[in-house]
Amino acid sequence: MESPEAPGLTESTLVAPSPDRRTLDDVWLVVPLYNEAEVVGDVVRAALRTFPHIVCVDDGSSDESAARAREAGATVLRHAVNLGQGAALQTGIEYARSRPGAAYVVTFDADGQHQVEDAVSMVERARSEDLAIVFGSRFLDDRTRPGLLKRAVLRTAVWFTNRSTGLRLTDAHNGLRVLRVDAARTVDLHQDRMAHASEIVLQLGRTGLPWGEHPVHVLYTDYSRGKGQSLWNSVNILVDLVFK
Amino acid sequence: MLIQVILLAAIAVVAVLLTRSTADARHQAIRRLLLAGFVVASVAAIVFPQALSYLANLIGVGRGTDLLLYALVIAFVSYIATSHRRANQLSRKITLLTRELSLAEARIESVAKPEDTPPPAA
Repeated sequence: MESPEAPGLTESTLVAPSPDRRTLDDVWLVVPLYNEAEVVGDVVRAALRTFPHIVCVDDGSSDESAARAREAGATVLRHAVNLGQGAALQTGIEYARSRPGAAYVVTFDADGQHQVEDAVSMVERARSEDLAIVFGSRFLDDRTRPGLLKRAVLRTAVWFTNRSTGLRLTDAHNGLRVLRVDAARTVDLHQDRMAHASEIVLQLGRTGLPWGEHPVHVLYTDYSRGKGQSLWNSVNILVDLVFK
Repeated sequence: MLIQVILLAAIAVVAVLLTRSTADARHQAIRRLLLAGFVVASVAAIVFPQALSYLANLIGVGRGTDLLLYALVIAFVSYIATSHRRANQLSRKITLLTRELSLAEARIESVAKPEDTPPPAA
């Protein structure tokens, strides 16, 4: 089964920086951050070994998240009040796409669910296949094992997103995405809370830019399970999407 | 009964208004017209209580007070709708303001410290 610790904590990843680091100089990792002080330091440290540019958007956390992320070496933007993940993502994307030399923006979760290697291979794929958008999908291979209920909720979300966006995705609400800077410039999220995940697919789908899906491994740790989206949240997402 | 049709239609209109965004000026004008209509109707209901009952009977409601209650329900639901909309507009403004503040803060910091990202602890 899955290891209970956050990725990047194992000894093997604590050695020398990966050789990719220089070639990923034009990539900005955007990490929305809200009350993740426990894990964000390790997540940022692990990702910095590969990605030189990381911006965390601290969404008005009441804990030490921002300080932990800054200590770990990330650029930290701060929301004075808590607005929601969608708003934090938009702030981060706006910051990242305006950085000189930025060619790709990668959205990445702060809770350690995402694998740095997945992000790297998605960027490589975007480059080699000239894709403007690469969505991560946990359902393209069998590495990710969500529970039965979570699977059902996610499948429903996929169905809903596909219906409303016209894209044919196998996963929705997966926070790992690669956006080329021209795609990132089209993103203008108005959904401040969780419903942004459908909205961003909708906006990116409308651009007509070439996109692809890439298998990723979402690691459900006890930590992320404890904070994960509950069934109640999917009701809220649906209401947010209908009553804009 | 006719009253059911009317009430359901009114709720449907409110629901549509909730999901549609309309031009602000028109919205405001409608609200003011409705307010004027409300004043006239309430005066009429007070001055001619039998008229309210007559109207109620005409559309299949037993008593004038019942009609009043139904109207109140509709008014309440539309109040929810408009305040929901206003709350959304307000939170949009707060979002943009907070984002602007946060990006401005980052600009100030990058001026103070020209290096984009500090090197990771090595």
